[in-house]
Amino acid sequence: MTPELGYALTVAALVLAVYGSGAAAWSAVKGRADLRASSERAAIGVWLLLTACMLLLVYAFLTFDFSVRYVASNTNRGTPFYYRITALWGALEGSIILWGWMLSLYTLIVVARYRRTQPQLYPWTLAVMLGLSSFFLLVMTIPAPPFERLSPIPPDGRGLNPLLEDSGMITHPVALYLGFTGFTVPFAFAMAALIVGRTGDEWITITRRWTIIAWYFLSLGLLIGGWWSYHVLGWGGYWAWDPVENAAFMPWLTATAFLHSVMIQERRRMLKLWNLTLIILTFSLTLFGTFLTRSGIIGSVHAFTQGSIGIFFLAFLALVVLGSFSMLAWRLDRLRAQGELDSIVSRESAFLLNNLFLVAAAFTVFFGTVFPLLSEAVKGVKVSVGAPFFNLVNIPIFLALIFLMGVGPLIAWRRASAENLRRNFLMPVAVGIVGAALCRAFGVGNLLVLLCMGLVAFVAATIALDFWRAARARRRTGDGWLDATWGLALRQNRRYGGFVVHLGILVIALGVAGSQAWSTQTEATINRGATVELAGYTIRFDDLQPAEESNHVKVVGTFSVSDRRGPYTVLTPAKKFYPQEQTPIAAVDYRLGFVEDLYLVLGDFARDGSHATVKIQINRMVSWLWIGGLILTLGAALAILPEPRRTPARPRPEHATVA
Amino acid sequence: MSARSRVLRWAIPLAVVPVLVLLAYGFRTDPRAIPSPLVGKPAAPFTLTAFDGKPISLESLRGRVVVVNFWASWCVPACYDEAPSLERAWQAYRDRSVVLVGINIQDKEEPARRFLDRFGHTFPNAPDPAGRVSVDYGVYGVPETFFIDRTGRVRFKHVGAVTDEILKQQLDKLLAEPA
Repeated sequence: MTPELGYALTVAALVLAVYGSGAAAWSAVKGRADLRASSERAAIGVWLLLTACMLLLVYAFLTFDFSVRYVASNTNRGTPFYYRITALWGALEGSIILWGWMLSLYTLIVVARYRRTQPQLYPWTLAVMLGLSSFFLLVMTIPAPPFERLSPIPPDGRGLNPLLEDSGMITHPVALYLGFTGFTVPFAFAMAALIVGRTGDEWITITRRWTIIAWYFLSLGLLIGGWWSYHVLGWGGYWAWDPVENAAFMPWLTATAFLHSVMIQERRRMLKLWNLTLIILTFSLTLFGTFLTRSGIIGSVHAFTQGSIGIFFLAFLALVVLGSFSMLAWRLDRLRAQGELDSIVSRESAFLLNNLFLVAAAFTVFFGTVFPLLSEAVKGVKVSVGAPFFNLVNIPIFLALIFLMGVGPLIAWRRASAENLRRNFLMPVAVGIVGAALCRAFGVGNLLVLLCMGLVAFVAATIALDFWRAARARRRTGDGWLDATWGLALRQNRRYGGFVVHLGILVIALGVAGSQAWSTQTEATINRGATVELAGYTIRFDDLQPAEESNHVKVVGTFSVSDRRGPYTVLTPAKKFYPQEQTPIAAVDYRLGFVEDLYLVLGDFARDGSHATVKIQINRMVSWLWIGGLILTLGAALAILPEPRRTPARPRPEHATVA
Repeated sequence: MSARSRVLRWAIPLAVVPVLVLLAYGFRTDPRAIPSPLVGKPAAPFTLTAFDGKPISLESLRGRVVVVNFWASWCVPACYDEAPSLERAWQAYRDRSVVLVGINIQDKEEPARRFLDRFGHTFPNAPDPAGRVSVDYGVYGVPETFFIDRTGRVRFKHVGAVTDEILKQQLDKLLAEPA
C-alpha cells in the first residue's frame, strides 16, 4: 500500500507544481489576480503533499516496511531508530525528497512574505520556483522514485551505509541542502527581474538576507562535512578535494563573491551584469554539484549510485544555464553600469579583486574536478589531478583573499587618499609584520605558514582598529564600553556581522595552516602491554575485545595514554564489521584539544589480541576550524538580524554601508 | 544596439555549451570501470560443500561452461532482482553443458537457506565459510558473476544484478566456441 500511496502523492505534487508554475506566469502576463491566488494555493498544496511524502517514508522506515525498495536498501532490523529517520536522506531517492521539500518550504515563505509587497516581481518568482520544484518532482516520479515497490518483500533490509551512522550525517545534508536550495530564492528573483525588465537594485535588496542565509547554511554544511570526514573516515584529514566536496565548494566560492559584489551595486550602481552572472553561476553550480554526485560521471568516494537520473539532471542543467544566460543576453542593454571605477586604490577595486580571485578559485576547482573527463575526451587517458594541484593553485589565491579581507572594509570608496591609507593601514601592517616576526622567532620555518600568520594578524588588526574607533566614538555619547560595543554591533549589524564572519574565516585559516604544517603521525605494531611514543605522548596497548552491536560486530582496542605530566586518557579505537560491507570500517577514537588532537585508528590485529597495529596522529590546531565555524555562525546570525530603525537623533555614521 | 552587444548576446549563452557537451560525454564512460585482471586468466580452482551436502569442485566441471555467481541473503535489492534470472538461465541451459554455481558469501546459514527456498533455486549453491573463494576471485561487492569457458578461463565478469539478456548473450557466445 505504502509504495502506491507515496507514488500517488508524488504525482499529485508534480501536477500541482506544473500547474502552479504555469498559472503564476500566466497571471503575471494577464494580470489576473484569481490565477495568482490559485497558483499560491498550488504552492501550498505542493508543500503539503511533499510533507506527506516525507512523513510516509519516515513511517515506512520506522515500521521496517521492506515493500518499499528504498527502505529495504537503506535500513535493516538492526538499524537504531534515529538512523532509521535520517536514512530518509541517506541515499539518492530520499535526498531528492528532502531537496524538493526544502524548495517547497522556501516557496511557501516567499508566498507569505512577498505576496503583497512585491506585486511585479513576485508572480514570476513564484513561477520560477514552482517550475524548479516541478523538475525535482519529475525526478521523484521517473528516474529516482523513492516509493518504488520491491517484490518479493525480503525478510530483512540491506542496512544503511555504515559510514552514515554518525551524528554528522544527521545534520550535514540538512545544512548543505538548506544552503543549496536557499540560492533558489535569489536566483528566482533575479530571473523575475530579467523577465519584467526591472534590472535595478530591487531584486538584490529583496534577496540580500536570503543570500546570507543560504551562504551560511552552505558554509555550515561544508564545515560539518569536514568534521564528519575528520572523525569518521579515519584518515586524519578534513578536506580531500574530492569531487563531491568540490561540488559544494564551488557554489560557496561564487556565492561569497556575490555577497561582496552586491555591495558595490548598492553603493555605486555598478556591476549589474556581473551580479546577475554570479547568481546564475552560483545556482547553476548547486545544480552541477547535484548532477555530479548523482550521475556517476566522475568517480568519488561518496558518490551516490548511478542511473538514468544523470541524463535528467544534465538536461535540466542545460535548460537552466542556457535559459538564464539567454535572458541575461536579451536584457543586455538594460544592464549598463551607471557608475564607473574612479581609481585603482579604492574599495571598489578591492572588491573587484576579491571577486576576481574567488571566481578564479571556483574556476580552478571546476577545472580540476572535470579534468579526468577532459583528459579522457582529448587524449583518451583518464588522469585525475589530486590535492597537489588544488593546493598549488588555491593557496596563493586564498592568501591574496585574506589580504583583501583586511583592505576592503577600511579603504575609502571611489579614491583612497594617502591620509586614508596611512590612518587605516599603518598600524595593522606593523602588527602583521610583528606577528610574522614573532612566529619566526618561535621557530615557524614554513614560509607559507609565516605569510598566512602575518596576513591573519594584519586583518585582525584592521578589524580591531575599526571597531575600537567606532566604539570610542559611541562612548563619547556617554555609553559604557559594553553598551557601546553591543550597540554598535546591533546598529550596524551588517557591517559588524561581516567582520565577525571575517574573524571566523581567519581562525579557520589558522587552523588549516597549522594543521597542514605541524601535524605529525606514526604507525606502530604494539605487543600487548608494550608502549610507543610520539610527540610527548606514551601510548600503551592494554587490551583487545570483541563486542556485538545491534547491526554489526566490533573489535575494540584499549590504549592508555600518558603525556609528560602523567596519565592522560584511555582511547578505544575499534574496527567494525558489518555483514553487508566487504571491508571493515575503522572507528576512530580521539581527544580534541585547543592546540592539538590525539587521534587513534586501529589497523590490523592478532586474533588472540597479542598485538595490534595502530595509527597515531597528533593533529595540531584542527579544533580551530570548528571554533572558526562557531564564530562564523555568530557573525552570520548578526548579519541576518533585521536592520534597526534609525532614529533621527543618532544619524548614521559616515562609513555605514547603505541599507 | 552596437555590434559588440550583438556579439555578446550570442556569446554569453554559447559559452556554456562546451561545458555541457563535456558533461554529456561523461555518460559514455564509466569512472569505476576497472577491467578485472582475472579476465582471460585461468579461473582459480575451488572445492566447496553445497547446502545439500554434495561437494562442488570447479576442476570436475572442466569442459563445460560455468557461471559462478557470488551472492548474499542481505544483499537487497540486487541479489533479489537477479535471482529469478539465474534460475531461468539454469533451466534453459542445463542440458547444454552449462553449470551454474552460486556461492554464498559473508552470510549466516539460516537466512541463506531461506533465500534459496524462496526463489526455488535448483542449481548447486554453496557457502564460502572462510571467504577464500571470494578473495581468489577478487569479489568486491555482491552480486558479482563470473563466466568461465570450457577451457577453464574467466572470460567475463559482471558486477551488480545480472539480467536474462546478459546471461543469454554470454552463454551463447561461450557455447558457440569450439570445445
